[in-house]
Amino acid sequence: MTALNKKLFRDLWHIRGQALAIAVVIAGGIATLVMALSAVESLQETRRAFNEQYRFADIFAHAKRAPEWAAREIGAIPGVLRVESRIVQDIIIDVAEMGEPARGRVVSREAGGQSRLNDIVIRRGRDLRRAHPDEVLVNEAFAEAHGLQLGDVIHGNFNQRRRALKVVGVVLSPEYVYAIGPGDVVPDSRHFGVLWMGREALEAAYDLKGAFNDLTLTLAHSVAPAQVIDQVDRLLAPYGGIGAYGRADQLSDAFVTSEMEQLEHIAVVIPPVFLVIAAFLFNVVIARIIQADREQIGLLKAFGYSNMAVGGLYLKQVLLITALGILIGWLLGAWMGHAVTGIYRDFFRFPFLHFQVNPGALAISACVGIFSAVTGTLSAVRRAVAIAPAVAMTPPAPSAYRASIMEYLGLARFLSQTARMILRYIFRWPLRAILTVTGIAFSVAILVMSLFFFDAANRMMEVHFFETERQDMSLTFVDIRTNAARSNVGALPGVLMVETYRTVPAKMRLGHREERVAISGLDGHMQLSRLVDVNGRVVKPPPEGIILSDKLAQLLAARVGDLVTVSALEGRRLVRQVPVVRIIRQYIGLAAYMDRRALNRLMGEGDIISGAHVLSDSRAEPALYAALKDTPALLGLAVRSAALETFSEMIRQHLHTMIFFYLAFASLIAVGVIYNSARISLSERARELASLRVLGFTRREVGTILAGELAILTLVALPLGCMAGYGLASLMVNLFDTKLYRLPLYVADSTYGYAVLMVITATIGSAWLVLRRVASLDLIAVMKTRE
Amino acid sequence: MEEDRRIAAAPRVPVFRTVNLTKVYHGDGNDVWALRGVDLALEEGETVVLLGPSGSGKSTFLNILGGLDQPSSGQVFFRQQELTALDDNALTRYRRDHIGFIFQFYNLIPSLTARENVALVTEIAANPIAPEDALALVGLEARMDHFPSQLSGGEQQRVAVARSVAKRPDVLLCDEPTGALDSATGIGVLEAIEGVNRELGTTAVIITHNAGIAAMADRVIAFADGRIASISVNKERLPASAISW
Repeated sequence: MTALNKKLFRDLWHIRGQALAIAVVIAGGIATLVMALSAVESLQETRRAFNEQYRFADIFAHAKRAPEWAAREIGAIPGVLRVESRIVQDIIIDVAEMGEPARGRVVSREAGGQSRLNDIVIRRGRDLRRAHPDEVLVNEAFAEAHGLQLGDVIHGNFNQRRRALKVVGVVLSPEYVYAIGPGDVVPDSRHFGVLWMGREALEAAYDLKGAFNDLTLTLAHSVAPAQVIDQVDRLLAPYGGIGAYGRADQLSDAFVTSEMEQLEHIAVVIPPVFLVIAAFLFNVVIARIIQADREQIGLLKAFGYSNMAVGGLYLKQVLLITALGILIGWLLGAWMGHAVTGIYRDFFRFPFLHFQVNPGALAISACVGIFSAVTGTLSAVRRAVAIAPAVAMTPPAPSAYRASIMEYLGLARFLSQTARMILRYIFRWPLRAILTVTGIAFSVAILVMSLFFFDAANRMMEVHFFETERQDMSLTFVDIRTNAARSNVGALPGVLMVETYRTVPAKMRLGHREERVAISGLDGHMQLSRLVDVNGRVVKPPPEGIILSDKLAQLLAARVGDLVTVSALEGRRLVRQVPVVRIIRQYIGLAAYMDRRALNRLMGEGDIISGAHVLSDSRAEPALYAALKDTPALLGLAVRSAALETFSEMIRQHLHTMIFFYLAFASLIAVGVIYNSARISLSERARELASLRVLGFTRREVGTILAGELAILTLVALPLGCMAGYGLASLMVNLFDTKLYRLPLYVADSTYGYAVLMVITATIGSAWLVLRRVASLDLIAVMKTRE
Repeated sequence: MEEDRRIAAAPRVPVFRTVNLTKVYHGDGNDVWALRGVDLALEEGETVVLLGPSGSGKSTFLNILGGLDQPSSGQVFFRQQELTALDDNALTRYRRDHIGFIFQFYNLIPSLTARENVALVTEIAANPIAPEDALALVGLEARMDHFPSQLSGGEQQRVAVARSVAKRPDVLLCDEPTGALDSATGIGVLEAIEGVNRELGTTAVIITHNAGIAAMADRVIAFADGRIASISVNKERLPASAISW
């Protein structure tokens, strides 16, 4: 090894603490990038393989009752590759070990045969057999949630008849990777299951011999789904079609897509923050090293080392630190990727989901890391190169302290000698002070942003479960009931209050924009299920007109006063113009609300309801559940307590892992920035501080000068960081804005508190590490050597 | 005896020639004239001592000879080559191939051992002495693997001398080589310079405040106010060991 390289490594070892701090910050960015890109790639690849192998459909359509030849007509639409008609029905399931009834979706399957589309993977047991109409296959999540074994019997209400069903297989389907029940906020595998049953059995149960009520199809490549969807809708309209939709609106697939988009957003937002900070740290640290090395640089040049060799010396240091950061980042990223994929394995039911580190992600992350490091260092290295050898041989002039704003304002006389020294030093290097403040502020901001996800999820939960949907349970009826059913519900055991509602699937159009949405018709009193505006005021739907959720209004580009065209997708399928009377903020899904009577008028129908929200006496719950299990007209049931529990569980599981990573990284940034800043200030002022010690200042007093500077910079950074954190949160709100959900821009006071507290802790820790060195200042050596 | 023979045989070919050398430092409003038109020729193999008060321009002169600095006007020739016409890369080559420096504050690289500090130079030199031999030349063969912080001031300066001579430079430029040393140690360093001059025929230019050192030179050039105030020739050179202060 050449002498120059030996110097390189020894110098690097000398600054190992600082180097490690920077490497770790780089690692944070690299790890996030590797984790996010690799996880996206893994999800994408897994989904692609699963969808392809099990022939996941491109278009999905539901109708009331369509003759089989309608399916053949749809199959003849140009661009359609394969069509499969089926029977899909929502039912109530009774699992013996659970008090409350569960909801189920039954999907027909050709017994013994392979489905042409949306085929299943049998994980345990076997496929259905012909002539065994009571055999079912259940989705794995539901089976696991209830500990269902092969041969177990569950009960279902089919068309007002209770039937015993024997579980013969446990399966997965590309259609239910993310098995979320209708109207649910998060998947609740205890209360929602998917069952596959022989087609004949379902034809018999629902009187659909030679007919179907659901249809899926695949398209040839390069065929736009929109055209085919229009034709399918036209063909199915006479048979109660409620509007076909593509994969983008298929709930399960859309959630997987949304998760991948989230990861991509993370890959775009988080790593740059880390890498910018790393670049800044490099800039400051290398500039300081070059400053301290002036004489050595001059010497090397005097000996005849070229500019390239001298500049290369420092660039190599940077690249070695960066390489270490990249390496740590890769390992950390792979580990995080495994952890995150572990979470996805619980959420998304793929037959296989292997996390694979994406070589592209490794390459990209390395390039980005090196780029930011070199960018950060280039100006400092250029300065080293520019040092004329003769200039380097003379000692630098003493730092030029000038009268600062402090003096102009006459503040100096109010300050102690120590305080003046601290402030003058800060004003002496304003750029560095600004960079340090920025770095610390960024770590506060990342902390605030990470914790904001909890706040947002909690706020979402609060709004959904405590401000709007306050009923204990919501019942959906098999068929549209007249309002008389209200009294029947009221008569159920333990029911304290009943609020009826009507839901109508519809297409809503404004100009060339169109969205499928369920219009909710609400009763006037709204004690249980309410509409609440941003300011927490309860909003009642007026006798005429429609209220849109903000996301729906945005998608339709609708404003209050606009007339939207509503095409009902059931009943007489009337098409009407309805004025938008209000837009309210909602965080989950797309929604439109009307007064129930107005909605019924719009439908050209009488006093109709499709379900009821119920407030119940918890003591009478077992009796109520028993009664509901035996209520044949019940199509669906959503229990608030269960949904609430599932939602909290999801926050706990899903967010905790991710947020743990961010918290760890943000703390590392704080330590990296503060530790480096303190070390530099110590090295620059070693002489000054040693002089003070010689003059009789105690260690403590000298330490105060260093610590005071850190404290001031940190104090300035904290409020800025909180503001930047709010900014990052609002950036996240904008990025995480999908049809499925939005994040409320709500940052709790406690979030600011925790973030500030963590950064203060990091400051104290870093200060402690550096202050220990004050004790070991070599007073004699420092006084003897030339600056 | 030997001394006399060498002086008598000293070839009279200039190794350096300067023509009207001027250096101005532009400060805030007031310009500082470090050199005001210096014309001088230095011969191959001679030992020259530059004397003069602080700010008289001798360091600037030395730096320009060493290719560390550029004059504001005038010319410098190294043998046939005009240094003032060289670009930065060519100057780097020039320093690498021809010049050895010794500084008042040793300027060793603290993170390299004595041997490695010397190797720093020999690795880029065309025709170097082995670092071990160079250190032996200055009597440090036993301290080769010590870091600068483990060496005394005199030892450090001797490493600096070894480092300068290891590449067999044509010229040794020394800026106050004994300035930070006590008399006995300083003389040891001067002996090393003298030995190199004698054995390798290296031209040596030594800046000093110490008039006593002038006795070991062939010529003594006094600087004052950016000009050459006087040049005197020593008829008899004293060996370094005979000098004291």
